[in-house]
Amino acid sequence: MQRLYSVPARGARASLFGAPIRLVATALLVGALAAPTLAHSVKNGGLTIDHPWARETAQGQSAGGGFMTITNAGRAAERLVGGSTPVAARVEVHTMSMEGGIMRMRPLKDGLPIPPGGSVALKPGSFHIMFMGLKRPLKRGEMVPVTLDFARAGKVTVQFKVEPVSHGGSHGGH
Amino acid sequence: MADIEPRPLARARLWLWLLVALAALGLGVLLAMRLITNGPPEVIAGAPADVGQHFSLVDRDGKPVTAETLKGTPYAIFFGFTRCPDVCPTTLSRMAHLRKAMGADGDKFRIVFVSVDSGHDSPADVGAYVDLFGTPILGLTGSEAQIADAAQSFRVFYQKVPVEGGDYTIDHSAFVILMDRDGRLQSLLSDQDSEEAALAELRRLIA
Repeated sequence: MQRLYSVPARGARASLFGAPIRLVATALLVGALAAPTLAHSVKNGGLTIDHPWARETAQGQSAGGGFMTITNAGRAAERLVGGSTPVAARVEVHTMSMEGGIMRMRPLKDGLPIPPGGSVALKPGSFHIMFMGLKRPLKRGEMVPVTLDFARAGKVTVQFKVEPVSHGGSHGGH
Repeated sequence: MADIEPRPLARARLWLWLLVALAALGLGVLLAMRLITNGPPEVIAGAPADVGQHFSLVDRDGKPVTAETLKGTPYAIFFGFTRCPDVCPTTLSRMAHLRKAMGADGDKFRIVFVSVDSGHDSPADVGAYVDLFGTPILGLTGSEAQIADAAQSFRVFYQKVPVEGGDYTIDHSAFVILMDRDGRLQSLLSDQDSEEAALAELRRLIA
């Protein structure tokens, strides 16, 4: 799996250590992009966001779904609380459940917990982020910048790749 | 005058919704039974005979589509809304995929998508949405009353649920209803059905 983004969960914004840590993060990011097989060695107590993608949307469709896997290699619990993107009015974190053949979708008020040492998959049929109030359709193949908001790590900007609607469905279309 | 009307009307509507919810639950139970016994759609024989018999919706151009219009060709009908990020695109993608897997036989049934979000999805919006799936899908919607009638006719549950910020989401039944060429209920497909089982059901539908 391709790792598109990694960032230290803590410290990146501290002014004293900010620059060197950012440098390390950049080096790791570049390394991750250049050699995906090495990416699993990112173990600086950071977050890794794998394969962020969004579903293409139609003209007039005012919301779209976004998916990714978030890994928290740190020792502290993390939470994805929201986000922002230039292409939509709001970014919300949602859960979905099926009970008795009925689909229910709900915003997660307290965000999505990412346990220390754990990873959480945002995928069809489960957790997802939603781009609410889309300002324009998401076109297949384009990259959409999304700034994810984490309770500890703060803001992390990730490029979401827009995939066909069939992507990630039950038949595993790519 | 105005203050006499609303109360009984609201009560009647509440009862109507209760009935719809119960009916949807009934279909859900039938679906569960079929899934548990893994079997044959005979179980569906217990379903009411009038499922999907009376509805009137509109296509992307605003032209009316009724149970009569659809007769003659079997169809797979699914209710959802375009802002549904997940189960709707997944289900419609799966139907498109199953159709392709059937080769030439895939053209022998219609895929119908009904948006239950009259407050948001215009007929043209629904048309643009179904075009995403790369296979002909008939996108329908209607006025709030038309949608409520259609959902009741198909025993489909849906309910607007307010969320923070004044917006709403919609809970809805997630099964696909298979209707034969005479416009009668054959069976239900769920995302729990294996591809083989779903294909077998669709082949039976067009047989």
